[in-house]
Amino acid sequence: MSELKTSPETKQSLHDWLVSDAPTSRRQAKLSSYYRAWLTLKSNPMAMFGLAILSGLLFIAAFAPWLAPADPFEQDLAARLLPPGEGGYIFGSDSLGRDILSRLMYGSRITLYIVALVALMAPIVGLFVGTAAGYLGGWVDVVLMRITDIFLAFPRLVLALAFVSALGAGIENAVLAIVLTAWPPYARIARAETLTIRNADFIHAIKLQGAGAMRIITRHIWPLCISSLVIRVTLDMAGIILTAAGLGFLGLGAQPPSPEWGAMISAGRKFILDHWWVVTMPGLAIFTVSLAFNLLGDGLRDVLDPKKNK
Amino acid sequence: MTKELGIEIEKLNVWFGEGDTHVNAVIDASFSVKKGGSFGLVGESGSGKSTVLRAITGLAPDWSGKITVLDEVLGETRTRNFYSKVQMVFQDPYASLHPRQTIDHVLSEALHLHGFSEPDNRIMKVLNDVGLSQGFRFRYPHQLSGGQRQRVAIARALVIEPEILLLDEPTSALDVSVQAEILNLLTDLQAERALTYLMVSHDLAVVGHMCSEIAVMNQGEIVELLDVEDMRALKAIHPYTQQLLDASVQRRRVD
Amino acid sequence: MTNLLEVKNLCVNFPTRNGVVEAVRNISFSLGKERLGIVGESGSGKSMTGRAILRLIKKPGILTADYIKLEGQDLLKLSEREMRGVRGHKISMVMQDPKFSLNPVMRIGDQICEAYQLHSKVSRKEAVKKTIEMLEAVLIRDPERVFKSYPHEMSGGMGQRIMIAMMLIPDPQILIADEPTSALDVTVQKEVLEIMDRLVRERGMGLIFISHDLNVVSAFCDRVLIMYAGRIVETCRADELSNAKHPYTQGLLKSLPQLERRVDRLAVLQRDEAWRTAPSVSGIVEPERA
Repeated sequence: MSELKTSPETKQSLHDWLVSDAPTSRRQAKLSSYYRAWLTLKSNPMAMFGLAILSGLLFIAAFAPWLAPADPFEQDLAARLLPPGEGGYIFGSDSLGRDILSRLMYGSRITLYIVALVALMAPIVGLFVGTAAGYLGGWVDVVLMRITDIFLAFPRLVLALAFVSALGAGIENAVLAIVLTAWPPYARIARAETLTIRNADFIHAIKLQGAGAMRIITRHIWPLCISSLVIRVTLDMAGIILTAAGLGFLGLGAQPPSPEWGAMISAGRKFILDHWWVVTMPGLAIFTVSLAFNLLGDGLRDVLDPKKNK
Repeated sequence: MTKELGIEIEKLNVWFGEGDTHVNAVIDASFSVKKGGSFGLVGESGSGKSTVLRAITGLAPDWSGKITVLDEVLGETRTRNFYSKVQMVFQDPYASLHPRQTIDHVLSEALHLHGFSEPDNRIMKVLNDVGLSQGFRFRYPHQLSGGQRQRVAIARALVIEPEILLLDEPTSALDVSVQAEILNLLTDLQAERALTYLMVSHDLAVVGHMCSEIAVMNQGEIVELLDVEDMRALKAIHPYTQQLLDASVQRRRVD
Repeated sequence: MTNLLEVKNLCVNFPTRNGVVEAVRNISFSLGKERLGIVGESGSGKSMTGRAILRLIKKPGILTADYIKLEGQDLLKLSEREMRGVRGHKISMVMQDPKFSLNPVMRIGDQICEAYQLHSKVSRKEAVKKTIEMLEAVLIRDPERVFKSYPHEMSGGMGQRIMIAMMLIPDPQILIADEPTSALDVTVQKEVLEIMDRLVRERGMGLIFISHDLNVVSAFCDRVLIMYAGRIVETCRADELSNAKHPYTQGLLKSLPQLERRVDRLAVLQRDEAWRTAPSVSGIVEPERA
C-alpha cells in the first residue's frame, strides 16, 4: 500500500479501484465498502476533528514515556502547587510536586484502557442478550428482558459503587462495575433492531435456505446490529469516561498514586480555590476526550446508519 | 407424468394470533400442482394467497390440513432436505437481499448450507443462467437495479438446484419492461430445469401468461379453480372472479 | 382560455460523489383544464417533475427552469413563504401511499379541517361542515364515523379517498397525483380513479397524473407525456397511446402481458442510447384562442 501511494497517478487509480461499482474480487468489494465509509466520514469536519483528537490521545498514550517531560510519580515537595508555566511545569505541579502534564499523559493510558475494556465488553454482552431475546422471542425474550429491566432499574453509579465496594477498589473492578451497569441499554437497542430485522424478507430467505437460528443471529443479524451499537458506544463513551472518573474521584477506581484523571481531580479538590490548575487540567482532559468521542459518534452515525443508505 | 403431483394441498387452514386477535387467513383451501407445471394463485391484498406459500415454507407456523410436497407429507418443521427441493422468490427485491452482503456471499452461503462442492463454478454458472455477467459477482445489492436484484434472488433460489419454485409476486415491484425480462427468464428456466412453479400474483395478465391452472382467492377462500383458456375467454362462474376479470380488462378500454 | 401551468426548460440535478445525476433534463410542458398523464419507468424523472412544480426538491437536489408559471405568475420568483400559500391552496398533491401522508395519531376529520382552515379563514364549525361534505363527495358512506376515525382504521382505498378529499377541500386549481392508485387492488383502483375524475371535471381543475401504468393513463387522461431518462420522448393524445410512434413507448406497450391473448415470449424492450441523448420533446400546447 505504501509504495502504491507514492505517485499521484497510482494514487488516482487506487481511488478508482476502490470506488469501482464493479469489484472483481471479495477483497476489493470489502475494501471498497470500507473506503466509501471513510469518504463519507472524511466529509464531516467535526467527526474528523474528533478523530484527530482521539488519534492524538492514542499517540500520547503509546509514547508517554518518551513524550512526558518528567516522571509522573516523582515527587518534589519543594516545587508543590506551582502554577502553569512556572519552574518548567507546563501545566503546573500538584500537591506533591508532580508534573501534571506528565501525569495526564500517563493517565491517558488508564483512560484508554478503561474505555477499551468497557467498549468491548458492554456492547458484546448487550448484543448477545438483545439479539437472542429479539430473534428467539417467547419465554427466552421474557426472561432476558426482565433481567435487563432489573439492571436498568438500578441507578448506574450506585450499582457500580455497590459492586466496587464488594469486590474492592481498583481499575479492573471499576471496569467490571461500569460494564455491569452499561450493557442493558445495548441489549435494548439490539433487541429493537432485531425485531425489525427478524421479519425482513432477507432473513426469511436465509431461513428458507435451511439456516439455523444460531447462524442467522451471528451471520445475518449481528452485522446489522453492530453499526447502531458502535454509534451508541461512541456517544456513550463520554459517559463511561465520566463514570470511571467519578469512581476514581470517590476513591473507588484507580488508587493513588496512579495518575487516573478522576483520581487526580479527587486529589486536587482540596486546593480548588487557591490552585485551580490542579483540578482544571485533568478536568479539561476529560472534557476534550469526551467531546471528541461525541463528535466522532455523530459522524459515525451518518456513515453507519443503514437507514441513510437508501 | 400426468398423475405425478409436485404440491398437493388439502383442506388447508392458516390462522394468526390467538383469542381476540385470532384471524383466519386461509380457510379450507385445496388444490394441487402437477410436477413440472405452473399454478397461479390470484387474489387481492388480504386474500390469503401469500399465506398459502408461507404455510408451505414453514414461515406461517399455525396451520392445519394436509400439505404434500413431492410425495412427502409435511409436518410441523421443515428439514434442510425440504429446502433443498423447494425454494422461494420474494416480492420485493429491495427487501429480500441482505444489505451488507455481496452477491457472491449470498450464493456461497446457500451452497455451503447444502454442502455443494465447487462453489466457484456453480456461482459462475448460475449467474450466467439468470443473465448476469460475472462482473456482478462481488457487488452489493445497493449497486444493482431492481431487475438485477430480482435476478440475484432467482439465482439464490436456483443455485441449490431445487425442483419447486414458489414465486410470491416476483415482478410486482418492477417496471413493465423489466417484468417482461424476468417473466421470460422464468419461462426459460422452467423449460431448462423442468421446474414446478407455484406463483402468487394480483395481476391476472401475469398469471395468465405464466400459469396453466389458476385458483382465485377471496378473503381466505379459494372461490374458483379455472383453466387458463377459460380465463382468457373471460369465462368465470363465480361472480368475484368475473368482477376481477372485468376490472383487469376494463381499465384498458378507453371510456 | 389560458394555460393553468406552463413549465419551460425544467431541470433537476443531484450532485453526487461520482458526478451530477440529471434526474430531469430540460423539459417543457403546459397544463390546461385537462387531465395530463406523465408516464415512465422508475428513474425516468416523472415523480421528480411533480415535486419540482411545487418546489419540493430536497437538498442536495438543484431545481432550475426558465419559468414555472401558474396562471402567468412565476413560482420560481416566489419566496418560500409565498410558496407555502401555493402548496395545498392552489396546487395540491396526492401521493402513492396514504399511510405516509396522514398523521397516524390525529383523527381524520381534524386533519382535513386543519388543511382547510390553514388556507381559508373559516370557523371550526364551517370547516367541519365542509369536511363532511367533502367526505361525502368522495363517496364515503358514513362520513361522520370516518371523521372520528384514525388513519390506521382505514383500508388503502379508503385512505386514498380521504387523501383526495383533503387535497381538494381548499379548491385548488391543479391537482398533482403521483401514482395515486398503484398501491391499490384493481377493483378499488377503478373506484378511486372515477371519484378523482368526477371531482376534477366538476371543478374545472387541471390534473397531472403521474403513473407507470400505461393502461391506466391511456384510459384516464386526455394527453400523455412519456418520459425516459429525465426527458420527454413523446407526447400524444391519451386515446392514441396504443399508436405511439416512439420505440420506447411501443416497447413498453408490447412488454405487457395480455390477459386475452397468449404469447410465448414477451417482447423485451431494447434500449437505445440515442433516446437518452435526444433532445426533449416539448409538451407545451398553445391555448386555443376563443
